Amino acid sequence: MTAALVAGLLKLLCGAQARWLGTAPSAEVRIYFANHTSNLDAVVLWATLPPDLRPKTRPVAAKDYWTKGRVRPFLAQKVFHALLIERHKVTVRENPLEGMLAALDAGFSLILFPEGGRFPGLEPRPFKSGLFHLAKQRPNVGLVPVYLENLNRLLPKGEVLPVPLLGSVTIGEPIRLGPAETKVDFLERARLAVWNLHLS
Amino acid sequence: MKLQIDKQTILLVGGVLALLIVSSVVGWMLSRRRGSPSFEATIANLNARTRAWWFMVAIFMLALATGGIGSVVLFGLSSFLALREFITLTPTRPGDHRTLFWLFFVITPLHYWLVATNWYGLWSIFIPVYAFLFIPVRSVLAGDCERFLERTAKIQWALMICVYCVSYAPALLSLEIPGYARQNGKLLFFFILVVQMSDVLQYVWGKTLGRHKIAPLVSPNKTWEGFLGGVLTATLIGAGLWWATPFTPLQAAGMSLAITLMGFAGGLVMSAIKRDRGVKDYGHMIEGHGGVMDRIDSICFAAPVFFHLTRYFFTP
Repeated sequence: MTAALVAGLLKLLCGAQARWLGTAPSAEVRIYFANHTSNLDAVVLWATLPPDLRPKTRPVAAKDYWTKGRVRPFLAQKVFHALLIERHKVTVRENPLEGMLAALDAGFSLILFPEGGRFPGLEPRPFKSGLFHLAKQRPNVGLVPVYLENLNRLLPKGEVLPVPLLGSVTIGEPIRLGPAETKVDFLERARLAVWNLHLS
Repeated sequence: MKLQIDKQTILLVGGVLALLIVSSVVGWMLSRRRGSPSFEATIANLNARTRAWWFMVAIFMLALATGGIGSVVLFGLSSFLALREFITLTPTRPGDHRTLFWLFFVITPLHYWLVATNWYGLWSIFIPVYAFLFIPVRSVLAGDCERFLERTAKIQWALMICVYCVSYAPALLSLEIPGYARQNGKLLFFFILVVQMSDVLQYVWGKTLGRHKIAPLVSPNKTWEGFLGGVLTATLIGAGLWWATPFTPLQAAGMSLAITLMGFAGGLVMSAIKRDRGVKDYGHMIEGHGGVMDRIDSICFAAPVFFHLTRYFFTP
């Protein structure tokens, strides 16, 4: 109920609809990975998924951002079921990969931003290695590239109040780790899969 | 802004509904015919447009039936959506963010509130004077000088076209024309009918007879045949509706001519902007038509001129 309301509001705000180019919505476990320019990215991508997929899809988000104040923790826990990870003090005990693997094994899809931070600009920065490790340890999970456009103009870094501009969400063909593919090659191929959606 | 529904209003509404029924039937018959893929695509687009017209006509009539305030709200929402499409296409920088927030959530609602309260002395200068000066001041406080004039000019232009110019349409309801009290709903109806019929008829004449391109670099689909045919027939329709307006038949023809010419100019100018930005439509909100801006581009240019012509010649 709250989830449908929040998703509706988000879609109204950015007028965004997902364009499914290389794949159709599916209930199977997947990892959606996208470029990251705005705090709205995770929630807008989540909101544009079909309603029946939303409860089964968890955005991976920064713990320091989503535990501040009262609204954000409520949204993160009750609405988006975000998987909050530690960005700054990664230790053996708090290895974010463990949580993600556990979520995948429990049947949840994930929304991931492999650039490891928000960067303005159209082209995604080089990816961090987390996506590679997930692909290697769970080879059956399809990795779905997503390109998010214009969301940083809705809510630029450092701003609190969003502006209602039109954003777009383009979803491409799933990729998988090749049998002999190196980490560097795979991460670059994944990055290009996202970037090519911008051009299509 | 109290409006009454009289016999003439019912005639206008009935006429538009009859036109929509005829269009739907003709479109349905055409869709059963087999032809080249481009023919079938054109017919599919035509039928999508007609379906969207049913929807738009229903909303417009509902707004008019509320007696004024609904029309202000309807055009206010259209402005909001058009502004959003326009700013999306226009490159701004993070330094403009707070300015844009003011634009969407303060200036636009406040302007329409002034229109709704019939405060002509203020609404007619609120955007051209106060908002015009406020926008660069708010942006300069953000401290980003890159392309400053260009960004500011684009935001000001967006506000003038999408909000100020569009708001002249519901403002028609506030004109105090002797012998026409509480009948202004028909004037707004007349204006919207002429401006949109002109668009539709230019499309129909262009699709059927169009040969000679009128502005190939700006809008390849616009032809001389479409332009002349559309303007003439829409002017004749406008003249034929004189009984619903405060005008004589000849005056109604003159007004309709001004409306159709300005509407054509608006479509052309807004096309040039789309072409420069490399897009075909401003958005995808209305099936077959594109975005809200694609549907109201002619209103933006025609409404202020029609308002001021009527105000100058027909109010004391």
